[in-house]
Amino acid sequence: MTVTAPSTYRYTPSPLHAILLAGTVPLFLGGLLSDIAYFQTYQIQWSNFASWLIAGGLLFCGLTLLFALVNLIRANHKAGRPVLYFVLLLITFVLGLINAFEHAKDAWAVMPTGLVLSIIVTGLAFIAAWIGLTNLRSGDEQ
Amino acid sequence: MRHSSALTVLSMSLMLSACGGDGESTQARGADPKLPEPEHTLVPSMKIAEPVAWGEQKPTVPEGYSITAIATDLKIPRQTLVLPNGDILIAEGRGGSAAKLKPKDVIASVIKAQGNTQVKGGNRLTLLRDADGDGNYEVKTVFAENLNAPYGLAFADGKLYVANQDALVRFDYEEGQTKASGAPTKVTDLPSAINHHWTKSLTVSPDGRYLYVGIGSNSNVTERGMEVEVDRAMVWQIDAATGAHKPYATGLRNPTALTIQPETGQLWTVVNERDELGPDLVPDYLSSVKEGGFYGWPYSYWGQNVDTRAQPQNPDKVASAIKPDYSLGSHVAALGVDFSEPSMGEKFANGVFIGEHGSWNRPNPVGYKVIFVPFSNGKPAGEPIDFATGFRGADGKTRGRPVGVTVDPRGALIIADDLANTVWRVTRNQ
Repeated sequence: MTVTAPSTYRYTPSPLHAILLAGTVPLFLGGLLSDIAYFQTYQIQWSNFASWLIAGGLLFCGLTLLFALVNLIRANHKAGRPVLYFVLLLITFVLGLINAFEHAKDAWAVMPTGLVLSIIVTGLAFIAAWIGLTNLRSGDEQ
Repeated sequence: MRHSSALTVLSMSLMLSACGGDGESTQARGADPKLPEPEHTLVPSMKIAEPVAWGEQKPTVPEGYSITAIATDLKIPRQTLVLPNGDILIAEGRGGSAAKLKPKDVIASVIKAQGNTQVKGGNRLTLLRDADGDGNYEVKTVFAENLNAPYGLAFADGKLYVANQDALVRFDYEEGQTKASGAPTKVTDLPSAINHHWTKSLTVSPDGRYLYVGIGSNSNVTERGMEVEVDRAMVWQIDAATGAHKPYATGLRNPTALTIQPETGQLWTVVNERDELGPDLVPDYLSSVKEGGFYGWPYSYWGQNVDTRAQPQNPDKVASAIKPDYSLGSHVAALGVDFSEPSMGEKFANGVFIGEHGSWNRPNPVGYKVIFVPFSNGKPAGEPIDFATGFRGADGKTRGRPVGVTVDPRGALIIADDLANTVWRVTRNQ
């Protein structure tokens, strides 16, 4: 009853890779929730929280990106998942970096662009993690 | 063909530089500056000073004037005071304890520190004396120490007032003293939590009854929250006898120097306005200070130009905001102001000298000089005149940054330079 998938990609993320990848999501999500709180209350501390959470998200995302790049180089079949995973992470990182600069602006100058970018970046991080970790699960079934 | 394309490139680059508002000539100065639309670029334009030593060089002064360094190796000189006997007091120090709240604060503090001196602030007053009047200040001695980032200085009725970053204090002074006779007496505490803008500027009313202290805002534009702006961005009037205080004027983002107009007794200030709205916003200004007046910060600038970064907004306050008297140009960072005297020479007899520390938030730096704003009928009139330049050289290196300027009634301008840790003296040639 073993599943014989068409062998496109069978890499199992290492624990460190998995931790960094999965950790990216709550960091960017925390940034988004903090942005929403600032948007609703004008309380500046929420905006400070958002700045640091996004910086943390970028750190995790950037390291994950290195893992993804190594995987991509080492993959036998680069088309499909390996490249999709890498490109998604890359876009997440670049938009996240723009979002970090956006959050470096003073007070309400962060709004509304910072909030919109946080929504997009969180969504992208979620999808990238989903794709990246799906392989972890299929790897378990071997 | 090649010729015309070269011309095109030239004209395009000229247009570009005009668009960028790079040259100082495009900076709106005077009573009615033209303000561009605010810019919200992803990264603010920056050009940080690259310090080098003066060496054999000196600042450039107008023909018929000379400049000399009368004290060097100071510990961050900020403001100076000329005592009745001609002795000069220098406040030395560096204050501020603002926490770094965002990743940006960590990065920006490292970048901006490159443009400042590495010397530790002296927290003291140094006294200079030229006993024989030959222009050589042969005595240089510590008048008082263990102060807390002293900045503003004032003298009246035998009392020497010093505005530390956290309190206004007073020394009893007898003519000829070279050392304070004891620890100072506290007149009143000053707002000092965070101290994002820590400098406390100071002047005294001609009768010695009231002291005026300038207190800067605790942020660029409320990015540390509105709660920390209580008692900030305003000028206090303090009763010299009792220490009782009241806000005299508000909405002044960072009133870095105060002075009294001799013939009218009117209070004047120079104010550093907000950053990160583009290279040509917001103009720093020179203005008379109206009692009870509100000057815009943080809700608006130059009258009713709303700054959307301060939320929630306050349309009533915006409506009440007073337009300042005279724009000095954006980001020049005016840190010193003093009214002139006829002894400074005919061309510079009527008006104010202003020390400009120089910009960071601009691709083409401005400031880094001492200017003279001529007055007529008690009001600023006409274009500012460069008085001391060359602090930022043509080679792009910065040798000094002017802070306090003080007119010595005997016919000299004293300039504190907090990058070179030097005090300069400009005199007319005999």
